[in-house]
Amino acid sequence: MPPLLLNYLPIVVFLVIAGGISVAMVAGSILAAPQKPYAEKLSAYECGFEAFDEARRRFDVRFYLVAILFIIFDLEVAFLFPWAVSLAHLGLFGFLSMVGFLAVLTVGFIYEWRKGALDWE
Amino acid sequence: MSEFFATPLGLVVLMVLETLAILVPLLLGVAYATYAERKILAAIQLRKGPNVVGWWGLLQAFADAGKMLMKETIIPTGANRVLFLLAPMITFVLAMIAWAVIPVNDGWAVAKINVGILYLFAISSLGVYGIIIAGWASNSKYAFLGAMRSAAQMVSYEVSIGFVMVSVLLCVGSLNLNDIVLAQRHIWFFIPLFPMFVVFFISGLAETNRSPFDLPEGESEIVAGFFVEYSAMAFALFFLGEYANMFLMSAMTSILFLGGWLAPFGIAPFTWLPGPIWFILKILLCMFVFIWVRGTFPRYRYDQLMRLGWKVFLPLSLFWLVLTAGVLMATGWLPGGAA
Repeated sequence: MPPLLLNYLPIVVFLVIAGGISVAMVAGSILAAPQKPYAEKLSAYECGFEAFDEARRRFDVRFYLVAILFIIFDLEVAFLFPWAVSLAHLGLFGFLSMVGFLAVLTVGFIYEWRKGALDWE
Repeated sequence: MSEFFATPLGLVVLMVLETLAILVPLLLGVAYATYAERKILAAIQLRKGPNVVGWWGLLQAFADAGKMLMKETIIPTGANRVLFLLAPMITFVLAMIAWAVIPVNDGWAVAKINVGILYLFAISSLGVYGIIIAGWASNSKYAFLGAMRSAAQMVSYEVSIGFVMVSVLLCVGSLNLNDIVLAQRHIWFFIPLFPMFVVFFISGLAETNRSPFDLPEGESEIVAGFFVEYSAMAFALFFLGEYANMFLMSAMTSILFLGGWLAPFGIAPFTWLPGPIWFILKILLCMFVFIWVRGTFPRYRYDQLMRLGWKVFLPLSLFWLVLTAGVLMATGWLPGGAA
């Protein structure tokens, strides 16, 4: 195995051990504790009365909006990571390019703000 | 013995031992964090807190674990059974595997990868999956609402956390967590980057769904949020995952801003304590502030929470990022500038 990948092997070991602990805990509880299910106990929780309908229904579109805005800005962060590490080698040109890129995104951000995409209620 | 550890099998055995050396203290720490939280909250509210099980209630955490183990695992009729049980495991596993890259002392990380900070950022982004799967698979309105809130909140604050990390990277010039700590030998980053330190810590509270941003589980409105349908050990996994994430956030704060394992001053009485002890002390300090905040501040409203994330922290951290880069460019203090 190349040494670069060997550095990542402990993460797999972590994954296996943590996964093993979590499965053992849930399985142990299911095996150790008495299980006596009945219909009322297994119905979805709703304050004191039976559920009217399923929970799989429409929800506020603003949650979508937040997710979309998040994708834009998270991509921006992903662009910034390599730039930040190598800024010394990029020099003034690299710095000004990123300032230009951020300026374009800031214009978009101001537009979102003015359109009310960031408002709740 | 050292020859055995050089063989492939020995290497794996060594890795397993190293992993356990991180996970066992972490899980014990999590158990006592729940106890510490109850004791500190009790002290803030002039109560005694748990004091029955063991001396001063010190065995309370284990009594709770035993009780949780002996509870019935309830899977609601309408739930997706596999996803329902998978969600807490995802949360727990993600909270654990992030610790693989945390350096406890100079070069003492289990996985010495070059892109540690990127790995932490990726793992903490994945954390939202456990929550949204739990909310969806429960097929309960409270759980679903809690999961939606939690997901929106976590992604909102993640953007600010990303910008803060980038501004630290500008001062370091490396993605390696070890290098990030070593770059703070002369001055800890919380002094030059103080506003970013504040933004990072508050975003960390929001990212781990802690008070005053604990709307996803707001007891008074959506009972417990995304884990309302969970019981027994499946519930315990969410609980452990949440506290392990708090520890992780504290560790990240220590590494990025408080100089990791470095002593506050490089002179005699401070250098007597070894690095790992300093690192643990810094983590405990951050944990204490986490709990202190919970005992002190009222819960935010959801629109206030989103306004703080998008309209205050995002512009502020973006501005400070450009300012940091500009100052470093202008003064020629960029790391590795000579190359």
